[in-house]
Amino acid sequence: MNRVDAKACPIIINHIKVALVGQPNVGKSMLINSVSNAHLHVGNFSGVTVDKTEVLFNYKEYHFTVVDLPGTYAFTDYTIEERVTHEYLCTGDYDIIINVVDSTNLEKNLQLTSELLTMSKQVVIALNMIDEAEKEGINIDAEYMSELIGVPCIKVSAVTKEGIDKLIEAVTLKYETAKSQTKLYFSESVEEEIAQLVWYLDKHKFESENTYRNIAINLLKGDKTTYAKLHDEPIWIELQPILIEAGKHIKLHHNSDDIKEAFAEEYASFNRGVTAEVLNQKKQEEKRTLTEKIDSILIHPVLGIPIFLFFMWSLFQLTFEIGNIPMEYIDIFFTWFGDTIGATIANDDIRSLVVDGVIAGVGAVVLFVPNIIILFMGIALLEGTGYMSRVAFLLDGFFHKFGLHGQSFIPLVTGFGCSIPAYMSARILKNDRDRLLTLFIIGFMSCGARLPVYVLFAGAFFSPEMAGNILFFIYVSGAILGLISAKILKLTAFKGKDEPFVMEMPKYRLPTFKLIWHTVLTKTMMYLKKAGTYIAAASMLIWFLSNYPHNIKLTQSYETKIEQTKDIVLKEELHNTLNELELEQSYLGVIGKFSESIFTPLGFDWKMSVALQAGLAAKEVVVSTLGVLYALGNDVDQENRSLMGAISKNISFPSAVAFIVVIMIYLPCLAASIVFTREAGHIKYFFYLFAFTSVVAYIMAFIAYTFTRFLF
Amino acid sequence: MRTLFDCHKASKVKIVKLNADGDLKQRLISFGIMKEVKVEVLEHAPAKSTIEVKVGKMRIALRAEEAKLIEVEQI
Ligand SMILES: Nc1nc2c(ncn2[C@@H]2O[C@H](COP(=O)(O)OP(=O)(O)OP(=O)(O)O)[C@@H](O)[C@H]2O)c(=O)[nH]1
Ligand SMILES: [Mg+2]
Repeated sequence: MNRVDAKACPIIINHIKVALVGQPNVGKSMLINSVSNAHLHVGNFSGVTVDKTEVLFNYKEYHFTVVDLPGTYAFTDYTIEERVTHEYLCTGDYDIIINVVDSTNLEKNLQLTSELLTMSKQVVIALNMIDEAEKEGINIDAEYMSELIGVPCIKVSAVTKEGIDKLIEAVTLKYETAKSQTKLYFSESVEEEIAQLVWYLDKHKFESENTYRNIAINLLKGDKTTYAKLHDEPIWIELQPILIEAGKHIKLHHNSDDIKEAFAEEYASFNRGVTAEVLNQKKQEEKRTLTEKIDSILIHPVLGIPIFLFFMWSLFQLTFEIGNIPMEYIDIFFTWFGDTIGATIANDDIRSLVVDGVIAGVGAVVLFVPNIIILFMGIALLEGTGYMSRVAFLLDGFFHKFGLHGQSFIPLVTGFGCSIPAYMSARILKNDRDRLLTLFIIGFMSCGARLPVYVLFAGAFFSPEMAGNILFFIYVSGAILGLISAKILKLTAFKGKDEPFVMEMPKYRLPTFKLIWHTVLTKTMMYLKKAGTYIAAASMLIWFLSNYPHNIKLTQSYETKIEQTKDIVLKEELHNTLNELELEQSYLGVIGKFSESIFTPLGFDWKMSVALQAGLAAKEVVVSTLGVLYALGNDVDQENRSLMGAISKNISFPSAVAFIVVIMIYLPCLAASIVFTREAGHIKYFFYLFAFTSVVAYIMAFIAYTFTRFLF
Repeated sequence: MRTLFDCHKASKVKIVKLNADGDLKQRLISFGIMKEVKVEVLEHAPAKSTIEVKVGKMRIALRAEEAKLIEVEQI
């Protein structure tokens, strides 16, 4: 791909805006990624893209804007994301449509294509996944197909980048030529009605952007936009009775009382015709495709769910086992880094700010990058292979009992990575009630930013062999709590009848290494960037709040005491007491003490209370705050400077359990809360969520605290 | 009346009628589930709550309630 730099080529003559339309999971987003250097989210299931995204790139003297749209099966407004696409196609300002088609399933994909052909815009068809089609022995005669339906059809592959240049050439060429009539043909009886309408429109010299034939087709199939447009025209009075009569004929011909169904059959037979003409499959299709063979194990009625649980368990086991290997080195690095930098700073306050504030805070968060990477890799595999839809299939019955829709599984799993895309992807749910319900429980799926807290506490209180199991247990109990909450909400707030569940199961694909790498890298960089900016700032703030105001009297009185004693043990003890007292009378200490009473029944000290509250901004801040607070309190104890050590020394086991429970349940971070409010559609839902999560978190933490105290 | 729900695993049948209405019918049609089309039952989820069928080259998961709305006949 020749990417022409805008600076090197100042005269950009033409601007072409392309809308990328196609059925779900045909590789629209991946196609954009392969022509530009965008990194749009790609995954092997329907409903990866849920909002429109614009990508800009230059090609020769053209300036392209490509709009990636959510996939849609047909021109319906079944779900929110499909509405986004439909609305954009009808009202958006774009020049040309690239209709992306899955070559391995041509006939079904043409269903949408044939609907696109009746629009007033130019269309170019991208026969994507041609690499896969060739492997399956499918051969498509693209030239003949272009001739048959009257629009250019180009074979491409978003993976091998084959044919991409040709596709862009075709788009620019099409952009420059006048619109030609597409060749969409119907059965004789429908053609008769079309001819009559065309004749009528022609007689009245009706003015329109679209061709008469297309208008006639759209009128006959009951397209709302076309109806609305003609409804206010003077010819409508004469046109209406003709239309009603025509509709009757077509319905009679199709032996159906539904004009949409009749037209679907018309389209289907056109598509069957085209496919039969242009496609030949050399290899006899195997009796059982590979996907079906894999499915016979993975979605086995008995084994399916245990296999899924085993995968999840292994993921958390790996997250802990492998993730902890580099952890030690990162820890050593930050300690060394802090000492080295600290040695160069003369001023005590600045040194403490840098070492105990920024480095301790950021270091505490960066420590968990390896764990996060493994978790992200697991999610990327789940999304990229096609297993996601299988689990939705397996769990649908179970979910249904709890009042959830099987497809809720997709946003819920996304929630294990980050709640923000999860809230967005709830758009794939058709029904508003299902969607809201899902939005409310996404928070119960612990996001990646909470993983550090869990790893920290699991590592502090359990042996390395057990810690992985504990992680798995925490995630599973979070999910189960979520399900129970869903049931409660469904019985109270979101009553109503159940929505149908119809979902496509994609074929299994081995995601390319590059794809996994990019997905994981993008997410990890985001985490690191957050650590370097947001978390560093938050750590500084926490440091200031916990160091000021200085109480000189207190310090002096202790320092003289320390000087007077000869006993080394006593000296150290006094030093520690001083540190603690100084912390307690700082701004943060006062805030913590103030809210401590709320959290005392859960066994939290003021430091934990402060960390929890800081976690409302972002969950990583919980760890960085604990990092700063314990770094300040403990710098005498050289032996045990690691945060894990400090946690296990200062926090009792029952308090730690209660703390984890609160982290699991309470409000997601600020950014996620904003997205939640936007997706839910009203600010009141935010307050509901706040009240709901706080109450549940408090009650569950109290139960957990009391129970563990009783046991241990 | 025989519906898709009554079909055994691995049986191949032809759709006679969709008893669904409105949106759901449109949805089924857009998935290629319509009159005269052949379907094969691939798999049942635990307790037959959900079934997987194959239409053309596409695999589709349906809930029992939806499968009961699809009338079929043996071929
Ligand atoms: N073999 C092969 N796989 C492809 C090709 N293009 C896309 N894929 C795979 O197809 C799957 C779907 O790709 P996406 O780009 O997410 O599809 P989409 O059309 O944007 O999907 P939605 O956003 O859900 O509508 C991914 O698993 C891709 O790796 C291709 O040309 N060849
Ligand atoms: Mg996409």
